[in-house]
Amino acid sequence: MDTWIEALVALFLLIGSLFALIGAIGLYRLPDFFMRLHGPTKASTLGVGGMVIASLIYFSFRGEGVSLHELLITLFLFITAPVSAHMLAKAALQQKLRISEQTRGKPWEQ
Amino acid sequence: MKARRWLPHPLLSVCLLLVWLLLMNDLSLGHWLLGALLGWAIPLLTQVFWINPPRVHKPFKLCLFLLRILGDIITANLQVAKLILGSTAKLRPAFVEIPMLLEDELALTMLTSIISLTPGTVSADLSDDRKMLLVHGLDVPDPDALVAEIKQRYEAPLLEVFTCSPT
Repeated sequence: MDTWIEALVALFLLIGSLFALIGAIGLYRLPDFFMRLHGPTKASTLGVGGMVIASLIYFSFRGEGVSLHELLITLFLFITAPVSAHMLAKAALQQKLRISEQTRGKPWEQ
Repeated sequence: MKARRWLPHPLLSVCLLLVWLLLMNDLSLGHWLLGALLGWAIPLLTQVFWINPPRVHKPFKLCLFLLRILGDIITANLQVAKLILGSTAKLRPAFVEIPMLLEDELALTMLTSIISLTPGTVSADLSDDRKMLLVHGLDVPDPDALVAEIKQRYEAPLLEVFTCSPT
């Protein structure tokens, strides 16, 4: 395998892991539950995306033909991540979890 | 009428075929046939569970819209990363209520998912009559501007693609 392809794979792996790390930092740093929800839904999609692209390039250049089934991971992630975030948010609303004082607007009661 | 009975969801069939081919990572004739069979049989067998099949009126426009969403997701990631690494005391989180014009279930699901995936917003709850959506934003300087942006950038194209609303 060419050096530059290896470099490209390494670059995408680094980008992916960097974003996964940022998502984890968000989970640790942000003050309340609803804000913490933003970390995993967003920063992690690009994290997984970077690793998927790295895997795609690596396996496509190993000489066994183009490998595209990694794309399915992204597809399923885009379908499932918002749904799980929504369910978590709904559960948190029902449990009336503590909301940070900076928050404007109030969740409704129904 | 007859064609609709034997192929209830043409778009779903094509999607199933593509997913099957990707899953197998193999483009040989056998897998094309098997994928086509699955794409034909699964919608037919699950027909009873589909409440009302959504009609896509402008498929091309939907594709363009999805591409733009993909771009938005990448910028959303960068923005949220910046917010997370910056000072947390400066964040202005807010709950925002957005009135919904969409009525079709699939279109609503798409809109709420898109809101969750794009810039600093998570859809938290849908009101019981499906007219209001509660959204939590990570950093919202101006709640009204956020409502206007979501309506104009994401809801309007979906309304156009699924023209299912009386408006």
